[in-house]
This record gives sequence, structure tokens and C-alpha cells, in this order.
Amino acid sequence: MAIAATDVSKDRSQARQKRMIADHFDKLEHAKETGKKVVYTFVPGNLTELIDALGMLPVLPEINALQSGMRKKSAEYIAEAEKAGHSEDVCTYVKCDIGMLKSGNVSPTGTRLPPPDLLLLSYTGCFTFMKWFELLKQEYNCPVVMLHVPYQADGMITDEMRRYIVDQLEQVVIPAMEQVAGKKLDMQELEKRLALSAKAEDDLVAVWESARHRPSPIDGYFGGVYYIGPIFSAFRGTEDAVHYYRELREEVTARMATGEGPTTPDGPTTNEKFRIVVEGPPNWTHFYDFWRMFSREGATVVASTYTRVGGLYDLGFRHDSRRPLETLADYCLGCYTNMNLPSRIDLIEQYIKRYDADGFLINSVKSCNSFSVGQLLVLRELEKRTGVPGGFVESDLVDPRYFGKANIDNRLQSYFQMLEGKKRKGAQ
Amino acid sequence: MKCVVGIDLGSTTTKAVLLDERGSVLGQGITNSRSNYAVASSVARDEALTAARFTMLERAFESDQRMGSVETQTLLERLAACFRLEVYLAQLEQLGRVMELLLAGDQYGRHRSETEAPARDILAECIRDAPQLFVPGARRKSDFFRDLAGAAFMAGAERRAREGQVVFERIVALFDRAIFDVETWLMNVEFATLLSRALDRALPDVITDSVRSDVRDEIKAIVDRVATVPIEECSYVGTGYGRQTLPFPKEAVRSEILCHGRGAHRVFPGTRSVLDIGGQDTKALQVDDSGMVTAFQMNDRCAAGCGRYLGYIADELNIGLHELGPLALQSTKVVKINSTCTVFAGAELRERLSLGQRREDILAALHRSILTRAMSLIARSGGIRNEFTFTGGVCKNPMATKVLGELVAEHYGSDIVIHTHPDSIYMGALGAALFALDDLQAGRARLMLAQEKGIAS
Ligand code: SF4
Repeated sequence: MAIAATDVSKDRSQARQKRMIADHFDKLEHAKETGKKVVYTFVPGNLTELIDALGMLPVLPEINALQSGMRKKSAEYIAEAEKAGHSEDVCTYVKCDIGMLKSGNVSPTGTRLPPPDLLLLSYTGCFTFMKWFELLKQEYNCPVVMLHVPYQADGMITDEMRRYIVDQLEQVVIPAMEQVAGKKLDMQELEKRLALSAKAEDDLVAVWESARHRPSPIDGYFGGVYYIGPIFSAFRGTEDAVHYYRELREEVTARMATGEGPTTPDGPTTNEKFRIVVEGPPNWTHFYDFWRMFSREGATVVASTYTRVGGLYDLGFRHDSRRPLETLADYCLGCYTNMNLPSRIDLIEQYIKRYDADGFLINSVKSCNSFSVGQLLVLRELEKRTGVPGGFVESDLVDPRYFGKANIDNRLQSYFQMLEGKKRKGAQ
Repeated sequence: MKCVVGIDLGSTTTKAVLLDERGSVLGQGITNSRSNYAVASSVARDEALTAARFTMLERAFESDQRMGSVETQTLLERLAACFRLEVYLAQLEQLGRVMELLLAGDQYGRHRSETEAPARDILAECIRDAPQLFVPGARRKSDFFRDLAGAAFMAGAERRAREGQVVFERIVALFDRAIFDVETWLMNVEFATLLSRALDRALPDVITDSVRSDVRDEIKAIVDRVATVPIEECSYVGTGYGRQTLPFPKEAVRSEILCHGRGAHRVFPGTRSVLDIGGQDTKALQVDDSGMVTAFQMNDRCAAGCGRYLGYIADELNIGLHELGPLALQSTKVVKINSTCTVFAGAELRERLSLGQRREDILAALHRSILTRAMSLIARSGGIRNEFTFTGGVCKNPMATKVLGELVAEHYGSDIVIHTHPDSIYMGALGAALFALDDLQAGRARLMLAQEKGIAS
């Protein structure tokens, strides 16, 4: 999510993020020489603090995939994977990752990615994740460790669920990680990182909250994917992340004071016309086109569920250094796609009201069942509850074949004009 | 006379609707979209302007006391037909001029002499036979110049080719090149001139000797006045597929989804749900009591279930699109088509025919298949609320409306009122015109850029 192409904004925080990412990929490229062990893992429920406390380096295949999408490499990678026999219906993140691996495993910054020493599956809510690592295991022949995360079927996290995860962490996951790392976990190191996580999380929540201001100084979806870069990937629990979020919060606060809107691909904006909540991941191959379809119409996204995939801090969750394993358990259990449909509807309803949105839009992506399931039901129910009109477009994560630019543009324009009509009518 | 204009630039046809300041429809026009959007808009708009003048004529006739003894409807009908004849003749003349020019060009060289005379003769025949096309009760397959002139010209060319007088391909190629120019040639012949010629033709048919001569003069005076009263176009809104390329500023462009909803609601004010099946897309929308769209869905990743599906099937069977519905209505046995993909359905059709299944039954199944898809789109947009309006090209297909009626009753109950309208092709342009009227009333009216640039006549 930390996007390499930073032409969008010349903010200091942005420059820092870019440096952080470049450093990280550098470290990865030299992992063999420096003796660092490499862990491949996924964004939802990631155990970054634990990985870092054991002195290992994470690689996040989903983020590589989305970066490949943005760099227009995904079509070629997907074709590569399909040539190797992967069906058209497989999640395109997976195919993009497999294709990238088969094409030399070059990272988004152009460095080479090392093979994994461990495949750490710390969130099992999406079945695809398991299949994905099965495939990677065949390629790399390294150990896989799996943390089974129960679904919040009843809309809550129970003590039993938490206990179940902590048991797995103590008995399976941490011992396996220790073995690969070649050292014992130092609890104090973990606690130190968890405390840093919470600090950054506080600032991130303040950034999300700024969208309540009019005009919103941030775009909580297109801009938001930049903001979640550090915290959902390799940097949570680091000093770097704390600095990044401090700086970001300052920049946002400054924009709020001057009445400036978010920075878009076409520069800073001031003309907020519509406030939108978005559900579903963005499309990465046409990210800027998609963004412009909003910014051109004066539409700012004030909140999105996608930017909560790696943690719902705005609902109050913080990593808690006083109960390290329980807090990691809560984190894994609490990610957005692990919530049942009623809770997801409640959450979006809350966003629509809290951020005083004019509308909400669902981008239903072909690849991702975790997100797409029940979206039409979500749409109807939200319209009923809030009276705010919902819009619906369909695309994909990183397969450019599923982004019909003219169609999506047409839907969006119609949708915004519909909102405009509603506003005019309300004003009369 | 002040008016507002809505233009719907569709993928196959371009429609224009003119409203007066009170929002009553003055006129509507339609033309092939071709590739030149600015020209298509202008042609459709010109047609709408002509229709508007006829509406004004009707109003003037009806409000004139002295017209009591005249059958005004007959007069208007005759006048309209004669006017169309005059336009057709003017276009034929233009066609002749363009052909001459083309023949004078280098590429005809030695073929010029053998092509020129027959072409001139055929054209003279077309002109001679033209009035028959417009006599009362005459059936024309289409009112598009290309179709009318094409049919007449081809008949002449074929006959001469059979008799060995011309090389058919050569003369047809000449026609094809020339017709394009004529279609894009905007009628800069004075409306008033054409109308007065038309009146001269029409009057003897309608006005018997028993009608007093002062009434005759009165008719002439009214026609003269209406033909020349300035029509001021005060506001435009454009919509449709080509709407980004319409010669309008961005502010004067409205999404076709909104326009269709508004138009359907205007024609049937009880409308709350709308299904529009056009050639290239299907839309399901919900509107509120003022005609504003509140929710919509369109087919997104796949074009199965659009009107083109039926077009493709008609091509496969080598029959006209309008014959599909009536044929399907003759079905006696229910068969099921599994494929919703247009191309695969074509393959399934062929296979079933080869297995000996009846064409009528397969066609009925194909109709059910496309409407079942539409039903799921409707469900996604929020279902059907009373009343329900069906628009778009496919609503003219009797089998489609029948199947839709059955499906609606099955899923939403039999008390849903379903509307279709013969002019439903104009719904988008009508909605656009209503938005233009809003703009005019709110003081943010926009004018067609082409008008300023002098593209439009
Ligand atoms: S299906 Fe969705 S949640 Fe699962 S791996 Fe693909 S993108 Fe991620």
C-alpha cells in the first residue's frame, strides 16, 4: 500500500514513507548476507511486532501484488500464472504474486526479493490465503505455520476465541518462529514494539477523524491507502512508523486549519462537493483513473472499509503492551473481513453518520470473496437504514481486463449527478 | 417562441426533444448517429424543430375560429406528408449534385461516361416516383433518407444491371459515397420555402371547392406566420453514449440514467421503477415522486441481456429484428436456453435447430433468457415498485413485453401496473430536455457550443 509513485503529494510524511520502503527492500535484498531471516505473511492479522521482535523481516505478497498492479506489471504476471495452469477465477492477487515469482521476484523498488525462510499464515478468514501459501510452499519448500483464526460469526470476540489463539501462539506459532529465527522471543522486546504500535495507532485514528471536518483534509480511500502503508505492513511497532504518523497528523491538522482539502493526482483540492463512504478494495491497475473519477466531481471519500482491513483502530482497538499475546489475538480476530455481515453493515452505517456522508459506494471486486460476499444486501440495508443513496460499480484488484473504464465512469457520473439532484431537491 | 432542447446521442440513433417554456413537448426528431456526433445532433435537432413548427401550426389552427369548416387533422397530416416529400426531393437533388461532383473527380476516369448517364436516369426516376411514397396510406419501411433513397436507387440500378446497361457494383459504390455526404449535409434550405411548397401541394387534396376562399387565405397566413416566427433555443442538455463528445459544455451534460428516469416519469407520472433495455446496455432504475433517480443498476462486465442479443439472434436466423417477437409468440412448447451469453446462445440456437426443435419455441426461450437477466438487474436496483415502466428498443417487441409481464407478476404480484410507450425511444432526450428546462428556470441555462461555432444550422 505504500505506493512507490509519490507524484501525488510532496508532503514530508510521504517522502519519509518512501525512504522507509526503500530501506526495507534494501534490507530484504541483502538478507542473506546479513543473516536476516525472511517471513512471508499477509496484511489482515499480520504479526509484525512479533516478527520484528525476533529480528526477522516481513514480505507482504498482497502488497507486492497491488504494487505490480499500479506499476502496470500485473497483466503480464497474471498471464504468466495462467500459463502455469492457474484458473481465470483465482484471486488475481495470488496469480499476480505467482507470476512475479516466476518472473524473477523483483520487488516494486526494483530490488530482488529473497525467498522466504518461513510462510506465516496468521489469518485464515480467507480460504485463498491458505491455498496461496500451499502454492508458495511448493515453490520454496520452507516451513509453513498457520494460526487458525475463528470467524466472528456472532459478531463478537469471546474469551474462548482469544484463548484459542493465544494457545496456538504459545504452543505452535512462536516456537516455530523461534526455530527459524534461531533465538528465543524476548517478551520485553515484543512489549516495547506493541507500545510503539499503539502510539502510531493513536495518530492514525486522529487522521481518520479529521475527515469529520468540512472540507475533509484527507481522502480516506485513495489517499487513505497511502496512510495505511506503514502500519499495515512492515513498520508497525517501529520508531519510523511513530514518526511517520506524527508527521502525517501534523500535516493533516495544518490543512484543516487552512481549509484545504486532500491532495489528489491533480493537486490540492478545495472544492468538496460530495462526501462519500466507500466499501471494497480499490482497483490498482487504474488507481489514478479511478481516483480522478471522484476528484474531478469534487467527491472526497471520508471513510472506507478497505483502509480498515489491517485493524479497526477507530473502533477503539489498540495494541496493548500489558497483555501482549491477548492483544495480538484480538488484532487477528478483529480485522474487517473477519466481521460478520451485520457488524459490517453497522460499521458502514456508523461511518455514513459519523462522517456525515452524502452517499456510499461499493466497488465490488471480482477477485475477492472476502469483501464481495453480501455486498448487494449491504447496499440495500444501508439505504434503508440511512436514507443515503448507495452506488455500485464492479472491477477487480489487479487484473486490468476487469476494469471497464467507460462503464465505471458512466456509473460514477450518473451516481454523482443523482446525489447532486438529491441535494438540489433538498435545498428547495 | 422560446424553447429548450434535450439531445440523446445513442450508439445507433440520436434523438432530440424540444419543449416549450411550460414543459409541453413541441417536437421530437431522430436520426442515425453515424460517426459525426455534432452533425447527428444537429440533424435530430433540425427534425425536432420542424416537428415543433407543426405543433405550433396545430395549435394555431385549433385556436382559429375561422378554421371551423376545415378538417384540421387531415390538413396537418397531408401538410406533413407533403413537407416530407419536399425535403426528400431537396435531398435527392443534393444527391444528384454530389454524384456529379464525384464523377467529375479523377478516379472515375474512363468509367465516368458509362456511369454518369444511368445515374442521372435513375435519379430522375427516384424524383418522379417520390410523390407515391407520401400519398395517404403509403407504407414506408423507414423515414431515414438513406433507407428511402437507397431502396429506390437500388431498384433502378438492379434493373439496369440486369439489362446490361451498367456495372452494378460501380453505380452502387457511387451511391454509397454520395449518400454519406448528403446525410451530413444539413438542410440549409429555408423551412418556410419548403413549407409553402408543401402547402401548395396539400391544399388541393384537403380543401374542397366548397371551402370559402377567405379560409384558404387564412390557412396560408397562419402557415406563413408559423413558418417564420423565430424559435429561440434557450437551454440545452445532452445525454447518451456520445455525451462526452456532444458539442455541449460539461455542465450541460447529464447522465442517461437520470434522463431516462426523468423522461419515463414524465410520460407516466406514477412510475417508480423503470427498466430500459437498449441496444448496448440494460438499466434498472428507481425514481421518486418527482422523477429523480434514487437507485440504479446497469449491466457491467457483460453485455448479455441487452437488445443486441436479439439483434444477433435475428442475424443468425436471417430475419428482421421486428419479426422476432411475433414469431416467438407462436411458440407452443416451453424449451429452455441455458446460455445467457449472446454468442453461446447463438451456438445453442443452431444446435437445437439441427436437433429439429421449432424456431418459435427456441425464440420464446431466448426472450425468456434475456428478460430473466433483466429481472436480476431489477432486483439488484431495489426491485419493482408500482408503477413500472418498460422503455428502450426492446419494449417494442411484443414477446418481450409478454414475458416481462409474466415475470413481474410471478415475482412482484399481479397488481403491478406496467407501462410501455410507442415513443419510449425518446425518453432519454425528453428527460434531458426537462433538465434543460430546470436549468433555464434556475438561471444556469447552457447553449450548444456548436451553435456558437456555426456548426449547427
Ligand atoms: S480473496 Fe480477497 S481476502 Fe482473499 S486473498 Fe484474495 S484479495 Fe485477499
